[in-house]
Amino acid sequence: MTGAAPALRIAGDLRLGTQTLCRDLLLEVPGGGWTVLLGRSGVGKSTLGRLIAGLATPARLIGGIAASDDRPLAGRVAVMAQGDQLLPWANALSNATIGAQLRGKAPDRARARTLLARAGLNGLEHRRPAQLSGGQRQRVALVRTLIEDKPVVVLDEPFSALDAGTRAAMQDLAARMLAGRTVILITHDPLEAARLAHRAFLLGSEGARRLDLPDRSPPRPIDAAETLAAQGAFYGALLGRAAA
Amino acid sequence: MRGLLHLGLAAGVGLALWQGIVWATDLPPFILPGPDRVARTMIDSAAVLAGQAGFTALNLAVGMAAGVALGIVTALQLALSPGARLLVRPLLVFAQAVPVFALAPIITLWLGYGAPSKIVMVALVIYFPVTSALFDGLMRLPPGLEDLAQALQARPLRKLVLLQLPNALPALGSGLRLAAVYAPFAVVVGEWVGSSRGLGYLMLMANGRGQTDLMFAALIVLAGMSVTLFFAIDRLARRWGREA
Repeated sequence: MTGAAPALRIAGDLRLGTQTLCRDLLLEVPGGGWTVLLGRSGVGKSTLGRLIAGLATPARLIGGIAASDDRPLAGRVAVMAQGDQLLPWANALSNATIGAQLRGKAPDRARARTLLARAGLNGLEHRRPAQLSGGQRQRVALVRTLIEDKPVVVLDEPFSALDAGTRAAMQDLAARMLAGRTVILITHDPLEAARLAHRAFLLGSEGARRLDLPDRSPPRPIDAAETLAAQGAFYGALLGRAAA
Repeated sequence: MRGLLHLGLAAGVGLALWQGIVWATDLPPFILPGPDRVARTMIDSAAVLAGQAGFTALNLAVGMAAGVALGIVTALQLALSPGARLLVRPLLVFAQAVPVFALAPIITLWLGYGAPSKIVMVALVIYFPVTSALFDGLMRLPPGLEDLAQALQARPLRKLVLLQLPNALPALGSGLRLAAVYAPFAVVVGEWVGSSRGLGYLMLMANGRGQTDLMFAALIVLAGMSVTLFFAIDRLARRWGREA
């Protein structure tokens, strides 16, 4: 990985025009672990993800995003979104290496093959997206994110369009393959948060509230009692009930 | 295959209708010759028809190629450079508002009665639909792919070639279909305005001599040429549509 995974401190008001989406935000994101931003739709969590990733958005963060190593974040963040954004006319291998191609560099095909194999796509390198299942497409997208080798990775609801079984498998795979990086996972799924988070925040219009997590380190088994208890507590938090 | 079958069926119905009108109205052959008479003329004058058709077809093909090539280059240039967009776009809109067919006498005046004026006519007429269709396609990159290009720090030219152009192929296909419809008009108008060869010239000459059957024969050859061109382009466009 290019550089150690920094911790991030995100603070301020999230504004869209004159409207304040999220007030007095304060997110301490630990380096090298998974931080989950849980929230219902419309609270600006995807917008926040775009701001961290440096993508175009009409929203502004009055405040700032600082990395623990005091270096700018630009160029150090990889993104994976809900849609796989694979090019329909290119095969899996070409899609995985599109970053280098777009920058005019020679793509590292050997590394891409290794990563595709690790993602369980052995032998499917030459298939086009239309010949892959939804889960397989998302694996290609994960490899495309991973091959960029960035210390910070923003995942914006990357598994929410997948069926329950595929989603659980993808969560395990992503946890394994992104280990050691500073990952910010944006999700509305309490179970996903309960499984994957080293740290979790509930995002609302009144800022971010830190959520209590089980002691066991992630990825937590999907059927462990503590995972399910955390899921229940997160649901309660999402619905606006006081933490139990 | 199905398209051809439908075409054959439509042609059969048309022929029957034509013969029916000839029988029912008993019009003299110099007003409306029957299909049998036209068919005989086509066989008797096959050499003349083929010679003139060759001239027309060559101009059509060269004009198409030139117009399409120019249109593609212009659209790519416009997509790549905001400066060029600012300058050239109003010009394109203005040029599109001028009825290009009305320029035929001027073009003939400048370029003479030979092939060049026909080629320029065709190229000019199809240049705008091809340019604007491809340009629209290039500028309509899905937001997800726009994000991808930004997150992966794509170079503008690479983004154009690897993302925008493949994504715009269906739009280019639509432009080419329009071009295939307009181009035969353009070549015939060019020949009508001033030419010593070609199917358009043959029609004018036959008309002047009262050889209505030869006029119809030339018209049928021209229609055949247009339909072949359209189907060839349509096939190409469909393949692009499937791939994107």
